[in-house]
Amino acid sequence: MENIKFVIEKSARIEKLVNALYEKMPEIESARGLLVTESYKQTEALPIILRRSAAFAHILRNIPIVIRDNELVVGSATVAPRGCQVFPEYSYEWLEAEFDTVATRAADPFFISEKTKEELRGAYPYWKGKTNSDLAKANMAPEAYEAFITHGMFTPGNYFYNGIGHVNVNYEKVLKQGYRGIMAEALSALQKLDVADPEYVQRSNFLHAVIESCEAVVEYARRYAKLAKEMASKERDVERKAELEKIAKNCMHVPEFGARDFHEACQSFWFVQLLLQVESSGHSISPGRFDQYMYPFYKKDIDEGKLTIEQAQELIDCIWVKLNDINKVRDAGSADGFAGYGMFQNLIVGGQNIHGIDATNDLSYMCLEAAMHVPLPQPSISIRVWNGTPQPLMIKAAALTRLGTGLPAYYNDEVIIPSIMARGLTLEDARDYCIIGCVEPQKGAKTDGWHDAAFFNMCRPMELVFSNGVDKGVQIGPETGDVTQMQTFEEFFNAYKTQQSYFIKLLVNANNAIDVAHATRCPLPFQSCMVDDCIGRGKSLQEGGAIYNFTGPQGFGIANNTDGLLAVKQLVFDQKVVTMSEFKEAIQANFGYGVTGSAAERITSEVACSLAEEGVNVTEDVIRAIYQEVTTANGIPADKKARYREIKRLIDETCPKYGNDIYEADMFAREVGNSYTKEVEKYKNPRGGIFQAGLYPVSANVPLGAQTGATPDGRLAFTPIADGIGPASGRDVKGPTATANSVARLEQDVASNGTLLNQKFHPSALAGMSGLTKFAALIRSYFDQKGMHMQFNVVTRETLLDAQKNPEKYKTLVVRVAGYSALFTTLSRSLQDDIINRTEQGF
Amino acid sequence: MPHYQTKGRIFNIQRFSIHDGPGIRTIVFFKGCFMRCAWCCNPESQSYEIQTMIENGKEKIVGKDVTVDEIMPEILADDNFYRRSGGGVTLSGGEILGQPDFARDLLRACKEYGLHTAVESTANAPYETIEKILPYLDLYLMDIKHMDSAKHKEYTGAPNERILENAKKLAASGVELIIRTPVVPGFNDTAGEIRAISKFAATLPGVKEHHLLPYHRLGQDKYAGLERNYSLKDIEPPSQERMEYLLSVAEESGLKCQIGG
Repeated sequence: MENIKFVIEKSARIEKLVNALYEKMPEIESARGLLVTESYKQTEALPIILRRSAAFAHILRNIPIVIRDNELVVGSATVAPRGCQVFPEYSYEWLEAEFDTVATRAADPFFISEKTKEELRGAYPYWKGKTNSDLAKANMAPEAYEAFITHGMFTPGNYFYNGIGHVNVNYEKVLKQGYRGIMAEALSALQKLDVADPEYVQRSNFLHAVIESCEAVVEYARRYAKLAKEMASKERDVERKAELEKIAKNCMHVPEFGARDFHEACQSFWFVQLLLQVESSGHSISPGRFDQYMYPFYKKDIDEGKLTIEQAQELIDCIWVKLNDINKVRDAGSADGFAGYGMFQNLIVGGQNIHGIDATNDLSYMCLEAAMHVPLPQPSISIRVWNGTPQPLMIKAAALTRLGTGLPAYYNDEVIIPSIMARGLTLEDARDYCIIGCVEPQKGAKTDGWHDAAFFNMCRPMELVFSNGVDKGVQIGPETGDVTQMQTFEEFFNAYKTQQSYFIKLLVNANNAIDVAHATRCPLPFQSCMVDDCIGRGKSLQEGGAIYNFTGPQGFGIANNTDGLLAVKQLVFDQKVVTMSEFKEAIQANFGYGVTGSAAERITSEVACSLAEEGVNVTEDVIRAIYQEVTTANGIPADKKARYREIKRLIDETCPKYGNDIYEADMFAREVGNSYTKEVEKYKNPRGGIFQAGLYPVSANVPLGAQTGATPDGRLAFTPIADGIGPASGRDVKGPTATANSVARLEQDVASNGTLLNQKFHPSALAGMSGLTKFAALIRSYFDQKGMHMQFNVVTRETLLDAQKNPEKYKTLVVRVAGYSALFTTLSRSLQDDIINRTEQGF
Repeated sequence: MPHYQTKGRIFNIQRFSIHDGPGIRTIVFFKGCFMRCAWCCNPESQSYEIQTMIENGKEKIVGKDVTVDEIMPEILADDNFYRRSGGGVTLSGGEILGQPDFARDLLRACKEYGLHTAVESTANAPYETIEKILPYLDLYLMDIKHMDSAKHKEYTGAPNERILENAKKLAASGVELIIRTPVVPGFNDTAGEIRAISKFAATLPGVKEHHLLPYHRLGQDKYAGLERNYSLKDIEPPSQERMEYLLSVAEESGLKCQIGG
């Protein structure tokens, strides 16, 4: 019998709310885009910070509001559920170009009406040359812009086209004092300003912008109060009428003032969370330690007998639903990388308090329960783990993992706390960390982390070692020498580091150029008033108002580079069984294999275009012949082809691979990881902070892999790059403990912007209390060895079906039937079918 | 130290085993077995000889001679996981009693590192052989497949008298003993047969648990890989309902019973 804490029945309301949310395809609405344009046209004479607060206020006074059926917590950015608004002040051209395809694209489609298109077309001309993105481009060094846009050496695209987001604000302050309290603070700072202060103008403008923004929020909440009251007066259902009256009462009081009960706290929280995502298009607005700042309100109501645990759970579940009501449209390319309408609102439970004592409470469990009641992508729920984490919380988390939604993610206090202290946080602040977005630790409400600053594909500098710095016929990197003339492995490895360091420098330039653009064109007074010490310093977050400032670009591809460097070392320099010339040719020829899928189509069209430019008459037959050659590699002479394939076989079968608990290979991976992290941390950002590296790709390892040729580790061209800091797909053959040991050997502490380790399991590995307990032990053992983060894909029936079709992708997938574990792909078809059928029964 | 130089023949070391004994375990599979159970899911374990087996269309050498010293690093690699989960090392096979000196010395080395030790065995050997390993053993997972000696012989190639006798001696020795029964349709999946085993197990002093392991076909492909015939081809694994019924029958003995390891 499984005894799991806080198993609470899900109320019927939640199912209805979820179903209503998913009735239709999400829709793009024009209101915000039109209102911000209207306001900007009227405020051209004002300083930017006051234009921002004026626009925010104009939006909140006029944007349509709606209370959806059955809601207890209200406030929606769009009329239609799961809709999205647009933010032309950041960038707009991509959306205009996609007006007619955005509803039919494969990843994250959005409906857009002809009327909306028309309205936005009317607003867009105003923004020409005025967007944040325009300025960011102008700010960049030309070589950095080229390396990003034309050569894809790194991608800072997220903040180039959108708001920053990636922040946790002081929810606690709003819950306790309301915006009246914050306005009073701003007012007092204004009164204390010395008119002779050289920064008087900037500070005064900022504080006025804060007050204007907070007033607008209060008005916005009152609009909801009024609407709820009107709806209540017409409501026939007595129960719903009472609910609407309570909603009206809540919205009259919060977030203007401190919350008086748990329901008001929930409502107040939601206004903060919602409006941060109306002010700017930045995603990863992370609620952080929700179980901590909400707890006093819960505890008081429970103690006074005003609230039952079931009622509290229902309110939390309502917030879970609302977190999925917010949406964002991205350009088609980014949508591939963030597929699944990701908003990355990260909410974390458990862990230590500022005194180093375990802070787990009822709400920690109830948040995990909410994630079971509302199995939707938002919020990204995380759990902090340390030696003092109660076992029942681990078991509850494991039971959530077993459901197969990929949640929660597990974080290790014992690594993260010292890691961020090394970046200048105090011990108390470090103990109070939360997670932003995917995996990025920060002290909430005091940090502008710029956590998702860019993705750096570590396989690309490796390509440039083989081409002596040339990409697409252009010398974009340093000349590190003819690779075939290199005499030692050290020379080769140094060439890699030289290429990588050069592009890290360009990445820093690109990030800082974008950073300055945001400070200049899109400072955010509302967001800033809830992060210390913006009010005290009298400047926005974007101008360096936060106490802690970072820029965190992510490197990925450690596994591929480690395996590749080890292969070059062994085959070329140690055993001398392959010459460097052969190795280079083999990589350029994709090891004698054809290219498949969309990459084949892309290459065919590129070749056809260049032929046409040369004046060749490109007929259909010519195109067919090119395609044939691309997909079969038949253009390569047979003897060469056989040799290239032999080289791949030698790499695959004779060279050591990261992820199998081979000490030497893993220690080399550590050096490869450090070649990125320790280079990045040398740089500074314009907000007075430093760069700190992360090691994870989100899901960019797939789309960016599709732009990367074959690599020395035997990875074929345009296939995915390794996920996170884990081993390359299918190369870890010794199971999860060996993988954990390997990955723990990386110096994860220096990747203080976050690391990511994904593991796959079959639900039966977590069967029963015994399965849950062993699973929790696996996590704790990895964390004992200084692993920072771990998350799990518990495979579903769909995955198993895919594994039948593509066994090469699932070599290490372990399944269990009737008492034994086995590698799924090694089983016969009929047995696989048996297992798939049993999965469905939850066996 | 000499016991680290003792040689043995194994065919696999499987880490992160979570269904064979407490906690997260590493299983060392010994090569060679005295019996020939028709349902054996590791047919490559039966012969002591080093063999070639076809797996996924490729030839694979099954069996390797190693010393205790050579395999200890792989066993110790997961020490952290054992300690966190209450796991350890399990020696399995084949039949570990076919290589008693190697089993004893490997267990001894494990105990020197403070690991929890277990064996999976049928105890079908002279008791003096079994006694050799007991000083270094925490848990004996012992198979009792059938109470009827003739039927036992028909399906496994060996009678059961010595096995039952050894079960009594093992119980008396004080080692922790768990009785396990593979439930194989057509062989022992009736209430009467399971009840008899469970009843016998309950008479053994100190024995608290009886585990029923449902027959599965995971080893089927390996028979083809060894160019052997799989005689149970037409048998379906027992259904969940059937297993639960047999579990309730076993529980009549008063022992703590469970499905699966």
